Parts: sequence; structure tokens; C-alpha cells
Amino acid sequence: MPEPARARPQPTPETQHFWDGTRAGELRLQRCDACAKVYFPPRPFCPACASRSVSVFAASGRGSLYSYVIHHRKVPGFTPPYAIAVVQLDEGPRMMSNITGCAQTPEALALDMPLEVAFEKLDDEITLPLFRPAKG
Amino acid sequence: MTPNSVAIVGAAETTRLGTIPDMSQIQLHADAALNAMADAGLKPADIDGVATAVETPQQIAHYLGITPSWVDGTSVGGCSFMIHVRHAAAAIASGLCKTVLVTHGESGKSRVGNPPRTVPPSSLAGQFEQPFGPMGPPSLFPIPVLRYMKTYGVTHEQIAMVAVVQREWAAKNPRATFRDPITVEDVLNSRMIAYPFRLLQCCLVTDGGGALILTSAERARDFPRKPVYILGTGESVETPMVSQMEDFTSSRAFRVAGPTAFREAGITHEDVDHLMIYDAFAHLPLYGLEDLGFVPRGEAGRFIAERNTAPGGKLPLNTNGGGLSYMHSGMYGMYALQESVRQMRGIAPAQVAGAKISVCHGVGGMFAASGTIIFGNERP
Repeated sequence: MPEPARARPQPTPETQHFWDGTRAGELRLQRCDACAKVYFPPRPFCPACASRSVSVFAASGRGSLYSYVIHHRKVPGFTPPYAIAVVQLDEGPRMMSNITGCAQTPEALALDMPLEVAFEKLDDEITLPLFRPAKG
Repeated sequence: MTPNSVAIVGAAETTRLGTIPDMSQIQLHADAALNAMADAGLKPADIDGVATAVETPQQIAHYLGITPSWVDGTSVGGCSFMIHVRHAAAAIASGLCKTVLVTHGESGKSRVGNPPRTVPPSSLAGQFEQPFGPMGPPSLFPIPVLRYMKTYGVTHEQIAMVAVVQREWAAKNPRATFRDPITVEDVLNSRMIAYPFRLLQCCLVTDGGGALILTSAERARDFPRKPVYILGTGESVETPMVSQMEDFTSSRAFRVAGPTAFREAGITHEDVDHLMIYDAFAHLPLYGLEDLGFVPRGEAGRFIAERNTAPGGKLPLNTNGGGLSYMHSGMYGMYALQESVRQMRGIAPAQVAGAKISVCHGVGGMFAASGTIIFGNERP
């Protein structure tokens, strides 16, 4: 029997550009053409000023560790303990993710440590934006 | 709403709390509602307003044999019942109905006849939180805590004291699930659930229910119990995704709901004799104390560790033992309201002597929503 998989996102018309982006190796955010607000999660209008004139752009993929928990219970697709983190993106928004490439311990996971995006392919449709400690 | 224009005239929990495998969720609503109607000396035909959460008003009204002319199905998590009280008070004050029943029932532990909690994979939370491995409130609610601790230098020991102090209150309450004393060491040695939180910093999981009956203050004088007046109310929502809250050290919904209720009541913090802050997890009383303005930012950990909220302290908080020690079926707000009403009636197991004003503050979802009710017991 195959291992149960992690929860799989189901894109909607409003979020498809984000998932197309991760599949292409880009972390895509949106910026309001009217007030320049950068926002997440995706939607086809600005949550700050309600303008429908917004643009999708490729973010740097850089950020820092804003907060997290280290989860100790079993969840399909995960081997505990594992961190459920919130990343502060350099462009302004925050997003939930997991931290790869380092121990899942309070010592290894220092708040404000620099991170960079690390794409993890789930299947042909979905690639998840995970983060790892930034090099250099 | 005009302060003092509406009152609680019936209040009761389910006859049993804890493990109730012989009752389905809707029967827990009904058990509490029947107890509240008996408390108020009313029959279903006397009720013309129904408010409830998760279950719909039509389910509850039909099951109990009520024909309402006003309903509220606001369902924003565990503080839904604070918001129902607010809406009911406004409805009664404006003449939409006369007598409102607010019900809660939850088979949180036995899980008999309750709908499963699921996050649709196409929702924003389903797309941008669920794939990263959260599993319910214990994995999500504590996510802001490390940022809060780093910002203000709050210690693990201070947050552990929240659970220690509430157990002291629970020891005075025969209906509390856990009554044996615990120490900071016990808390910090209990099983890790989601670092930084361990088992004793997470709420219980139990079955139970509660119900309230409200009517105008004028009519309330004719009821058998001492009326508990509604002085002020507030509500707000922020985000269904904890990862998207504006400030990880403070709840925007708290900062709207709490001060709105204080303004409406026309009271200051010094007037408050008794306080309930929904404690699904140990950090919530810290956020509540700060966001409602009882202590300056970053001071709540020290305030609790110095026993200000403990038995004998100057600000009695969560005097039933709270969600950490009393009971927590999943939507705890109703039980916080029940304890405020008991304190205002003067019948609480850990009664605060001479208490005249009680503030009851709730949270819904993971900092998604908030409702605040301020009660008083002096006849207007």
C-alpha cells in the first residue's frame, strides 16, 4: 500500500498563476498597479485599495524564518517531528511552508534566519514552495 | 445597544460534562437548552429567537419545538456564542424578538453525530496552509507564539504558569475535569505536542453543551433568577489563516472586539471584578490581557507569573479552570459565558466575593474571530 500523501492543494482560477509559477521554478506574487501593495495569498484585486489592476511578478524567493511550531504528531505525508513555519518574504507578505535541509529542532531553527525557496514537486500538476537555510 | 437594556434570565450547561457517548451532538444542545429553560421557568412556546453555531438554527428550533421569528446562525468558531449574545441583545433592544435561546452542544470527545471538520483543498487555507502539515488547532494556534516570545522576551516558564494558575482555580470547582495541582516543571515535562507547546498547555477534549436565554431588562425582573445584565458587547473577524494574521504578537480581532465592548459599557479596566479569556491554548490569556488593555504589551507573562490572576490575586481570571482544566468541547466560548453568568449570579464554585462586573472574551478559529461581552449584576 502506498504511503498516505500530504494534503494536495486544488488550484482555482484565481490561484492558478501561483501554481503554474512553482511548477516553472518561480515564486509568483502580486503587486497592485495602483498602490504598489505586494500581497499574498493570490486574488485578482488589491486587498488594500480594491483596484482590479494588479500584476503578477516573480519574487526573489528570499526571506527569513518568522515563526513556527515543531509538530510531534503523525500527519499523512510527514515524519514527526517537523516544523510548520511561517516565512517572512523579502517582498513583504508572509506564507506558511516547511523548512528543509536542516534539523527540525529549536536550536537549528533560529527565528529570523535567512531562507531561500526550494521547490518540491508533488506530482505533474503541483510543486510546493518549501524553504531552506540560505547559502552564504 | 443601550447598556443594561437586555439581561440573561436563563443559563445552564449540560447535566454532565466530560465523556458523554450516549448523547449525539444535537442532544447535547437540547440537554443544555432544556436545563436553561427550566432555569428560566420557560417552555419552548415562550422562545421566539434562536441562535446557534455549527448546527443550524432550523435544526435546533425544530428539534426543540420552537417557532422563531428571529434566528442567527453566525458560526465563526468558539466565540460564536459571544457574538450570538451581542446580536440577540441588539435584536431584543430593537423589538425584533422578545426571548432568545442561544445553544451550544459538541460531542468533541466521543464524536457522536457531529459533522467532520474538513478544510476544502480548493480553499485558500487548503491551498496555502494544509499542504505544509497542520492537523487541527494544536498545530496551528501556537504558530505565532515563538515570535511573541522573541519580541517581548517572554519565557517558557511564564507561559507554563498560565496552566499552573488555572489548575489552582479548577481545584475549587467540583465539575472541573482536572483538579490535581501541577507545577511549572510538570507543564514543561509533559508530552511535546507542537513546540513550544506541550500537552498541559493545550486544552482538554470533552463532550458537553450550554445554553443561555436573554430577554429585555424590563421583563427580566419577573424571572426566578437574579438577572445578569449586558453592559457592553463587541465582535470582529480577521483571517481564516493564522499564517496571514497582521501581527503575530497581537490579535486584530481582539483589538476591535474588546475596546468596542468597553466603550459601549462605559467602564474602565479598574471597574472589572472578574475576567474570562478563552484559553484553548496557554498563550491566549496573554494576548487577551494585552489586547484588551489590562496590561501593557509584553507584560502579560510576568503579570500571570506574579499571580495577579490566581486565587487571591487582584484580577481573577478563568475561575472555572478554563479550557485547560475545566472542559473544552471544541467551541469553548459558551462555557466562558456560563462562568461569567455564575459569577454575576453569585453562585460560582470559586465565587469572587462581591463581583459586580465580569468581562468575557472569546476567540474563534485560530485568531480568526473574536467576541467580547461585559456583564453586570446591578439592577439598572
